[in-house]
Amino acid sequence: MSIGTLQFVVNKPRGPLGWWILLPILGLSSAALWWAAVGTQLSVSGLVAGLPWIGDFIGRMLPPNFAFMQKLVRPAVETVQIALWGTLLGVVLALPVCFFAARNLSPYAWVFHGLRQVLNVMRGINEIILALIFVAAVGLGPFAGVLAIAIHGAGMLGKFFAEAIEEIDEGPLDALRAAGAGTLQRIVFGVLPQVLPTWIGVVLYRFETNIRVSTVLGMVGAGGIGFELISSMKLFAYEDTAACVIVILVLVLAADLLSSKLRAMIR
Amino acid sequence: MIEIRGLAKSYGDHQALSGVNLSIRPGEFVVVLGPSGAGKSTLLRCINRLIEPSAGDILVDGASLSSNRRDLRLLRRNVAMIFQQHNLVKRLSVLKNVLVGRMADLSPLLSSLQLFPEADVKIALHCLEQVAMVHKARNRADALSGGEQQRVGIARALAQQPKFMLADEPVASLDPKTSRTVLTYLKKSCKDSNIAVLCNLHQIDYALEFGERIIGLSGGAIVYDGAPSGVSGDVIRSIYPGLDDPNVLDAAQRLTERRRAAGEATMTPVASEGRA
Repeated sequence: MSIGTLQFVVNKPRGPLGWWILLPILGLSSAALWWAAVGTQLSVSGLVAGLPWIGDFIGRMLPPNFAFMQKLVRPAVETVQIALWGTLLGVVLALPVCFFAARNLSPYAWVFHGLRQVLNVMRGINEIILALIFVAAVGLGPFAGVLAIAIHGAGMLGKFFAEAIEEIDEGPLDALRAAGAGTLQRIVFGVLPQVLPTWIGVVLYRFETNIRVSTVLGMVGAGGIGFELISSMKLFAYEDTAACVIVILVLVLAADLLSSKLRAMIR
Repeated sequence: MIEIRGLAKSYGDHQALSGVNLSIRPGEFVVVLGPSGAGKSTLLRCINRLIEPSAGDILVDGASLSSNRRDLRLLRRNVAMIFQQHNLVKRLSVLKNVLVGRMADLSPLLSSLQLFPEADVKIALHCLEQVAMVHKARNRADALSGGEQQRVGIARALAQQPKFMLADEPVASLDPKTSRTVLTYLKKSCKDSNIAVLCNLHQIDYALEFGERIIGLSGGAIVYDGAPSGVSGDVIRSIYPGLDDPNVLDAAQRLTERRRAAGEATMTPVASEGRA
């Protein structure tokens, strides 16, 4: 097909229908979106009608109660501490598992598939839900938050670690095998040098995510600044809420900046 | 002395290698010629059991080595390998890549802690000297050019102090000048240490120049085994069925004749010695 001097260079979709395949795709996706819109009561008028209320809410938050920030230092520090240990424990849990959860290193197919499922389950449960479970187990406080982040994070890290291992160049591993190197040596000299930069990047990204997560863990009593946030809202002290939001934003932005700087350094 | 008896490998219905018999004398430089898919790589990888052969025996100094853990270690300690893509660990230093050649004899735990016996470091440095790469020992492997990386690959193989070296198209991705340098280092260092080499090549001219013995592999079977001077146009045609490029055949013919003339002049007193 040509338009003037331009030529439209796109392959006709494979299959007997050719371009007509677009018709059912378009129909089905529109139907799915409509169905979901009805289900979620999507409505522009609702949003427009609600706008003044959002304005009202923001109005009550102003001016932020900067004096309240003094009381937020300790919970903010706790938030970082939860993220630190949550990330570290996640790494510790994921490390021994990831080699067996990588298709190219796993000794048996069933080990690989089984471990991937275990990681899926760990990753599938949201941190807040895990936190509720751990609060019931070890009581209110930051330790429950650490455990929640560690479990969910281990599922995430284990999968990413394993995927990094699956993407390595296997040539050096052949060379190590041909030289008679043992399993430990193959991992230390063949696998780790290839995956370490990716792994460090993943861990830093995970730490950044965990800072964000641990700012809300307090809502279910698992420590950190979220507890102050939710109680200020329950007391209708919206100026205090604003102070919490500002501190959370600073934390998240700082973590983001730090991790992207560090990730740029290891490339 | 390495002996290969009745080596065969099949993938389902496809017979990649069938009944290969070979014995290679110490210090011999043997070149394997053959078209892509003839089984050259399979042959080499079956010898050190990176690929498990379907049948056949591999004997090192008369002892048959099976695929159990102990035999495999013994086999791989004696048989080193050089790869087309050199297969260095890119992010590690040149020295550490060469130390990989020592791994079979090192404590897994200590070496993993990056602790190596001084004697082994000395061997590694000496091997780097043999390929003139010792000045780059502390560089990262990915900072080297293709030819330099392959020389480090040779040093790594030498560091094993093997009896036998397998080279799987070591110069396939290098330019002609670098190829010659690499092959010269390979041949010279192996001669110095009396290591036998089995080297796959695609370039007939290099094969005839560097090889002391040519193995022609076609369709998974040996179709020629003899001196380079015996590689006539007919032999080339039997190795590469359907090859009718008069240029290649002419060039091979001329090289062979020149080699035969030179060989008759110089080779009479000593059989194969001193021609490196």
